[in-house]
Parts: sequence; structure tokens; C-alpha cells
Amino acid sequence: MMNRIGAVFKRELAGYFTTPLAYIFVSVFVCLSGFLTFELGSFFQREQADLLTFFTFHPWLYLVLMPPLAMRLWAEERQTGSIELLMTLPLTTADTVLGKFLAAWVFCGFALLATCPIWWTVNYLGDPDNGIILAAYLGSWLMSGSFLAMGSFLSALTKNQIIAFVLSLVGGVIFLLLGFAPVASALQAVLPKPLAELLISMSFLTHFQSITRGVLDVRDVGFFLAFVICWLLATVAMVNWKRAE
Amino acid sequence: MGRSQREWNHTFMIEIQSLTKRFGQFMAVDSLSLTIHPGEVIGFLGPNGAGKSTTMRMIAGFLKPDSGRVTIFGQDIELQPLSAKRLLGYLPEGAPSYGDMSVESFLRFIAEARGVARQQRQSAIDRVVNRLHLQEVRRRPIDTLSKGFQRRVGIAQALLHDPQVLLLDEPTDGLDPNQKYEVRELIRELASDKIVIISTHILEEVEAVCQRAVIIHQGRLVADATPAELKMQSDYYQAVELELPNISTGSDLWRQLEQLPGVKAITRTETGQWLVMPQQGEPILQPVQAILEARSVTPHSIAVSNGRLDDVFRRVTQDPAGHSLTQAGGL
Repeated sequence: MMNRIGAVFKRELAGYFTTPLAYIFVSVFVCLSGFLTFELGSFFQREQADLLTFFTFHPWLYLVLMPPLAMRLWAEERQTGSIELLMTLPLTTADTVLGKFLAAWVFCGFALLATCPIWWTVNYLGDPDNGIILAAYLGSWLMSGSFLAMGSFLSALTKNQIIAFVLSLVGGVIFLLLGFAPVASALQAVLPKPLAELLISMSFLTHFQSITRGVLDVRDVGFFLAFVICWLLATVAMVNWKRAE
Repeated sequence: MGRSQREWNHTFMIEIQSLTKRFGQFMAVDSLSLTIHPGEVIGFLGPNGAGKSTTMRMIAGFLKPDSGRVTIFGQDIELQPLSAKRLLGYLPEGAPSYGDMSVESFLRFIAEARGVARQQRQSAIDRVVNRLHLQEVRRRPIDTLSKGFQRRVGIAQALLHDPQVLLLDEPTDGLDPNQKYEVRELIRELASDKIVIISTHILEEVEAVCQRAVIIHQGRLVADATPAELKMQSDYYQAVELELPNISTGSDLWRQLEQLPGVKAITRTETGQWLVMPQQGEPILQPVQAILEARSVTPHSIAVSNGRLDDVFRRVTQDPAGHSLTQAGGL
């Protein structure tokens, strides 16, 4: 099991680095997060030794940067026909779904690690609570996994990467906006209360914001983990279902 | 047909039982049944869209059949997919691979995914690289290779774990004549103790490498025999081809030959030979020779046809309702 996942994982991860994709992606990620933090987030003007402005923008950063990473997971295999090769190797569908997802997620972890200079900066300038920052990094990584897991499923729906991209963008917007104050109040006005509450509780924003405040609550971490597992299971089901077509 | 009834151990064969696959309204494969034994090279023949690739995909476990089953050495491809797939080497149609990987790293991935032990991976890769003459391209991205090389990478990948069963979907497509020859040699070599299934639309390939030809038409099995047996069903089987010195078609000799018992018709080929067609494979060489001798005509050449596979192929794959394929005369 581990060997089989490992084979897929290694191939996928190496695949990011054989093309310029990895370098472009990490550069864009670092530059964009820097720009958002220092310019839009007024990092210096706030004169606070924390990374709140840095992390505040992560959900929106992922909204834009995760779909291009996730769209190729399955759509590309289908487009080039390599899926036929992959699925006739002695691997289970779960092996390949997990291997692909983990590679993308770990790759995201690299991109996140590449933003470390900002952490050093804030430690140089002041005396931040590094526990909170670590928790926020972890939360941010979990959230990126959620975007990716959903994107993996949406990518399995089609062999057109552009369609997969647009679908994950829309999916991302939905799960972000559910917690956005105006949308949340609109939902509460229109829908019965329990349903509205449930939908609002599915928002990435609320869970992520509570983690960035430094509380690694089981409910928030558990939400992201459960979200990832559900979408991965859905991906397995979708890939298997497509076998019949 | 004509195969000796040997006792086969059921654990060493491929059994395909009433395999059926439908895409919407289109019947791609229609209750296909086959049993294949080790040492056999079997050729799937059929017009485009006959269901060859669909059948291959179901045997390889890529497509899920609507009904029917495939067992490989007793392992059901749907119920025990991992152990069944381990026995298989598969070249999908068009030889897809991961284009941005180098040949070497692609083969390494296949070795890992197939669970080749770490210590044996390098030697397994070297073996197939040498076998398919990929040495000069092993560090190059697959995308940058010619179609012929890409096809050979696909075959190398299928052979990497030295599988008991090889499924090759159009293995020589895009290869030049020398490469085609080499791949056919390779298939012949592998065949001694393995099951090799190839699909092709090249008839001479079947004659060159297959002991058994299975013709599929509209998803159904329409012929299953050795190429020689199939050719015996041809109109041309036992036909006598004569190259005669300057004798016109309306001559006495022509009429005399036409009236020979067992002769159906005589046609003149584009290159000027006479083709004496027998009635249903009757041997007519000797009577034809006797007439020639009696008239003291010495032919430049005389040959008996073994029958023609394309003729049989056309006959069994013709749409019974339409006239889409006309029986072409001449050679």
C-alpha cells in the first residue's frame, strides 16, 4: 500500500519540478503573498509583531493558485491518455488518488515554506508569538489541502483542464463566501436556521480565521481533515465510475 | 479449430466469458468468449471500430465490462484487479506515457509501481532499454522523441516486469519497416512461454507472428483459427496463377481451362497473368498442368495460391445489409 502510493507520489512530485511549473508557482506564491502583506495589508504601518496580515490573504491566494495546481491532476491524464497506463498498473484507485493528492499538497507545503523569510522578518523586527504563527501556518496548509482535494474531484469530472479550472474556482468561491458576513446574513434570512448554520459552518474563512487567532481547535482542524477525506473519497468514486464509460 | 485437445491447467490461461460492453446505443463488444493458452500469439483483427481496443481495455482492466468476465491465470480482473494486473504487461493504443518524463525516469516509475524489487529495478530497466534499442534516448524527455521511439518506450514499459501475459494494442503502428521487423522478432521470441495478444489491422502482421487469428466484427467474434486455416476459406485457396506467353483471353486454351471440372472461373490480372479460380478449394493444379502439356504450352511461371487473408477478412467483416465493400478482383 505505502509502496504503491509512494510510487505515484514520487512521480507526481518530481513531475512538478521537471517543468517550469514548480518554479513559477513558488515564485508567484511568494511574491503575491509578499505584495498582499506589505502593500494591501499595511504590514509596517500596523507596527504589530504578528503575521495576521500575511495569513488574512491566504484564503484568497489559494482561491486563485490552487485551481491551476488541481486542474491537471486527472484531466491531464485523461487528455493525454496516460490514465489508461496508470489504471492498468497494479495500483488501486485509492493509491493513485492519494498519491496524486499528497504530491500536490506537499508541493504546496514547499511553497508555504518558501515564505519563511517573512517569519524571520517579523522576528527580527519584534517579538511575535511564534506558537500562533506556527498554528496559522499549519491551518493555512490544511486549507490548501481542502482546496486541492475538492479540485482533485472536479478535475476527475472532465478531460478538459480549463473546465476543471473554472469548476475549482467556482467551488473555492462558494466555500469561501459561505462565511463572508453579507453572504452569511443572506443565507440566514433565506434558509431555515439549521441549514443556514450548517452551510456557514462549512466555510473555509471562519475555520481558518479561528486557527490564525492561535487556537488549534479540534473542530477547525477536524473540519479541514474531514473535508479533505470526503473529497478524496468522492474522487475515488468518480474515477471508478468513469471506468465504465 | 484444428488445435490438439491437450489438457491445460486452468491456472495458466486467459478466459474471456461472454464479455459485453455497450456505449449508449452502440454495442462495442457483444458477448465475446475466448480461451487463450501460454505459448500462443493471438492476433485480434477487425475493421476500425470493431471493438478490438475495447476488448483489450477490458482484458487489461481499464474499462469495466457491462457483463461477462475476464480471468487471467484464474484471477478475475474485476474481483482481484491487483493480482491480475501484476501478470499483465499492457501497451495501450497510441502508446500513451508521461511526456515530460525522461525515458529512464518513466521506466523507473513503472518499475516502482509494478513493485519490482529495489535491487532489480536498474537491471530490469537496462534489459528493456537494450532490448528495444533505447540507449541513445534514455535521458531524453519522451515528448521529444519520434513516434517510433515513443512506441518502443511503450513496449519497453510493458515488458519491464517480464510479465506472463502481454497485451499489445497496435504494437507496430508508426514504426518503420526495420523496426516493425524487430518488434515482430521480439514478439516471436517472447511467445515461447507467454501469452501474447496483439491487436492490429495489418493482415501480414498476423500472418507473420500469430498462430491464431481472431477476427472481430461489430463487437462479435466472426472467425477464430490459424492464419493458414483462415486462408483455406478464401476464394483464392488452390487458385492457379499462370504466366503464359502471348495467348489471348478468348483462345481455345482459355475455354478449355474454363470447362475443366472444379474450375469456377478464370480472370486476367492487371499484370497479365491468368488466375484460374477453383470451386471451393478443389485442387486443380494437376488437371491444369495436364492441359498445358497436352497443348505443349510452357508457362513462364505457375503457382498455387495458399489463399488470401484479406479476401477472408473482407468476406467475414462485410456488412451483410450494405455493399460498402465491393469484392475487388485481381491480385
